[in-house]
Amino acid sequence: MTTFLRDTATVLTREARPSLREPVGLLFEMGQPLLFLFLFGSLLDGAIGSSWQWFVPGILVMMCLSGPMAAGYTLLVELIGGSMERLMVTPVNRTAMLVGRTMKEMAVLLCQSVLIIGLAVPLGFRLHLPGVLAGLALLVLFGVGLGALSFVLAFRSAPSGTLFYIVTQTLLFPLLLLSGVLLPMDSGPGWLRVVGQLNPVSYVVDAERALFAGRLTDPSVLYGTAAAALVAAVGLVLGNRAMRRGV
Amino acid sequence: MIHARGLTRVFTMKKNDPVEAVRGLDLDVAAGQLVAFLGPNGAGKSTTLRMLTTLLPPTSGTAVVAGHDVRREPAKVRGRICYVGQRSSAGDNFLVRDELVTQGRCYGLPPREAGRRADELLDLLELRPMARRKPGTLSGGQRRRLDIALGLVHRPVLLFLDEPSTGLDPRSRAEIWSHILRLREAYGTTLFLTTHYLEEADSMAERVVIVNGGRVIADGTADRLKTDLAGDHITITTRTEPEAAACAALAGGAAGAEVTTQGTTVRVRVADAPAALPDLLRALEGAGIKATSAETTRPTLDDVFLTLTGRSLTDDDVPS
Repeated sequence: MTTFLRDTATVLTREARPSLREPVGLLFEMGQPLLFLFLFGSLLDGAIGSSWQWFVPGILVMMCLSGPMAAGYTLLVELIGGSMERLMVTPVNRTAMLVGRTMKEMAVLLCQSVLIIGLAVPLGFRLHLPGVLAGLALLVLFGVGLGALSFVLAFRSAPSGTLFYIVTQTLLFPLLLLSGVLLPMDSGPGWLRVVGQLNPVSYVVDAERALFAGRLTDPSVLYGTAAAALVAAVGLVLGNRAMRRGV
Repeated sequence: MIHARGLTRVFTMKKNDPVEAVRGLDLDVAAGQLVAFLGPNGAGKSTTLRMLTTLLPPTSGTAVVAGHDVRREPAKVRGRICYVGQRSSAGDNFLVRDELVTQGRCYGLPPREAGRRADELLDLLELRPMARRKPGTLSGGQRRRLDIALGLVHRPVLLFLDEPSTGLDPRSRAEIWSHILRLREAYGTTLFLTTHYLEEADSMAERVVIVNGGRVIADGTADRLKTDLAGDHITITTRTEPEAAACAALAGGAAGAEVTTQGTTVRVRVADAPAALPDLLRALEGAGIKATSAETTRPTLDDVFLTLTGRSLTDDDVPS
């Protein structure tokens, strides 16, 4: 256990150092969510009541999709180069390799989320602290699963990497648009709502909106947590297996 | 240090079409040896290396590396060996010294000790000025030195090097080799390496193991392999073809000689060409044959390979 913790710390430190050295890079990654926040938020403000309350949780889920889904990219680069192979020949615990990397991605996600919330407060976003904290916890749970799945995809895509780009590019936008992140799905036609109900992201988005509104006991919170936990469980099992099998 | 028995790896790329990359390979390497592992592309070199370094589980067979079984105790094997692959070992997103420290931590060194080793290796491999740079900004030779430094952080007893000098200019190659040999002298590390440069294997390795088709086909010192499998050659040129034929007949009389004639040129394979040449010339003179030129050639490892397989080792488009 102690070696597992030490190895996790080693992997986390290694992964975190480049981000700490160039923290500005994290802001650039946030370009798109910020653009969406200010553009859509301002356009919708007034049109659907207080748009910020509705829109900020959606933007956070959007970041949770794009960030962790791209997490596998850094792994893919290391798989294509020789550094992953080098690490695989060291006695580092394989599960620690997964956990350490995932923790770094989650730390980034949390920093970005706090920044978005901080920017939205002056615009009229009302802060329900317990709800926000629970919402961030749910976000991390979902992100862990997505990040791990992204690592699995990276292993499958090496050495060419083509598969990684095809899958992430084709999945990201449908998952995002069909979850009601940017526009409400309730007013859509029946078939669209059915598709939305099949999308696990929808449940997470609904749960985040309930939590950020302070409705901690809303049934959607339960569904969202279940959806996120399911993705996290599947991701961790597959991710751990992929790491153990190695390069 | 390495004991492999019946090591086999089968890849199934397409259904019902298994490819045996390594078939029943036996190998024993004693501590302290410097072994060159040679073979054409697709011979199973890298697959063997990946099995011995725990990166790839064998389909069948066993391998005990640095005292532990690769399949049963991979973590213990990993702790004592090091593998420098063909590709660059350092991640491009990280600083040179950070990667060295990380590597030490991966082997369980405490932070301070990992830092001390990193500094020691930066000095040893003359990488000190690059400590705070990203690996992508280094030259080919510097990158390779960094790869080797990464492999040495935990002072392994056994070092696997997969083509350590490929793609480097002659000066960087010589530098890499002087570093490798110095380390070996200092720590008595066992070295197991593959290379495309046969003259490197020839001059540096104490033992040459040649694989082809997933099996060991020759094993011994470079000199021994050359003498046993290819032999020296004497090449004599005469003035006319009848003289060449007479020369061939004379040379063929010697024990163990193999003669080929082409026009006015006669090639004789003998055990020790420099010793046999004066005798042959005297015999020719006695028979009234004038040799217009005479030379002796030592075989290369490539000749050894050619004799064994009918193919040159340096042919790149070898069918698998």
